[in-house]
Amino acid sequence: MIRVILPGHLKTLARIDGEVELEVEGVVSQRSVLDALEARFPMLRGTIRDHVTQQRRPFLRFFACQEDLSHEPPDAALPEAVAAGTEPFLILGAIAGG
Amino acid sequence: MSGVRVLVGTRKGAFVLTSDGKREKWNVDGPHFGGWEIYHVKGSPADPNRLYASQSNGWFGQLIQRSDDGGKTWEPVENKFVYDGVPGTHQWYDGTAHPWEFKRVWHLEPGLTDPDTVYAGVEDAALFRSTDGGKSWKELSGLRGHGSGPRWQPGAGGMCLHTILLDPADPARIFIAISAAGAFRSDDAGETWKPINRGLKSEFIPDPAAEVGHCVHRIAMHRSRPEVLFMQKHWDVMRSDDAGEHWREVSGNLPTDFGFPIDVHAHEPETIYVVPIKSDREHYPPDGKLRVYRSRTGGNEWEELAKGLPQSDCYVNVLRDAMAVDSLDSCGVYFGTSGGQVYASADAGDHWAPIVRDLPPVMSVEVQTLK
Repeated sequence: MIRVILPGHLKTLARIDGEVELEVEGVVSQRSVLDALEARFPMLRGTIRDHVTQQRRPFLRFFACQEDLSHEPPDAALPEAVAAGTEPFLILGAIAGG
Repeated sequence: MSGVRVLVGTRKGAFVLTSDGKREKWNVDGPHFGGWEIYHVKGSPADPNRLYASQSNGWFGQLIQRSDDGGKTWEPVENKFVYDGVPGTHQWYDGTAHPWEFKRVWHLEPGLTDPDTVYAGVEDAALFRSTDGGKSWKELSGLRGHGSGPRWQPGAGGMCLHTILLDPADPARIFIAISAAGAFRSDDAGETWKPINRGLKSEFIPDPAAEVGHCVHRIAMHRSRPEVLFMQKHWDVMRSDDAGEHWREVSGNLPTDFGFPIDVHAHEPETIYVVPIKSDREHYPPDGKLRVYRSRTGGNEWEELAKGLPQSDCYVNVLRDAMAVDSLDSCGVYFGTSGGQVYASADAGDHWAPIVRDLPPVMSVEVQTLK
């Protein structure tokens, strides 16, 4: 079971509290996790990755296991602890004032 | 019992303001979508319970929300806006070619007879249409495909398609306006388009009378006379009596002819409203006085409407989609400001009072008249 933590606005949009738990087939990567997330919550499509390019939106970051994985290839395997469900995959929005 | 529902889009959410026909006491509901920029909310003329909202922010991009119960509850619908074919390029600020990139939806215009039909005006400028209540969107690419597309360029606020007018008398006729390309008209339901900017003069472009390149801020029409159009341009208030084929200036005695919104009285096709703004450098009212100006002669002769509006130390702006009228017997006029006030007049502009004073900066105001 993969654990995903969404930023507050996306939790509101998906109408969830707390973490999301997802089943992911095959290699656990950014792409497979986000594919599973969007399949379960279609309203999140386009909010994390661009609809056309599938690139991460610029003001978002992907963290796990105290590492910034935002610039890792989308098909690279995520840390074992994420695949095992002992650590969450975090999606964060950039902080901003004003 | 008649009433009104005012739909307000702000920098930090949407608000629904409701009142009975007297328009004295108001209920304020919101924020909906708190923290998000709501560029526009508009109701269907065919079904007043059907509303569409454009919700966006810099982190998560564009969403479209739909309500089927007059704004009590909302559901996200499709947010995928993909340009038809190879997007091509338009001019960038420095004159170089820049690829067309979708950024946001500025304006949603529900169809006049079908609640499931809705048009979306987007940045970078293009027109999309949904015929399934927002579940899918298709670009009307004949607009961008007009030969002038590569010469369009953004204004400081982005290259946005912000005005969509549907002709009540001719379902095939659509008017749109783009900053800073100008006004365009389709006579075949959006398949093909022609620029309608003859008579506009814009000193900020190399050829002030060019076919395209004008920063049109908004266009308005009265539904009984769809061939008569009124325009607030970057500078100049303009009028066309032939569906945009020719324009003439009707700024007349306005204290300044810069501004953003323009609208038409619900029952008097020659009565129009603007909010003069000092200049394109300053973006606030002249002399610190917030005044609406009304012409009962279709332009040229304007009267100041200031009763109930702040007449000192007022430096707010009123954006292009932030003015609307209701169609009760005594026409109501509404506008919202960058300071978060929404003002209402239940007597066609003679007297004004704030409905709310402290909302986030107001981006759009629309009104539904509920019978």
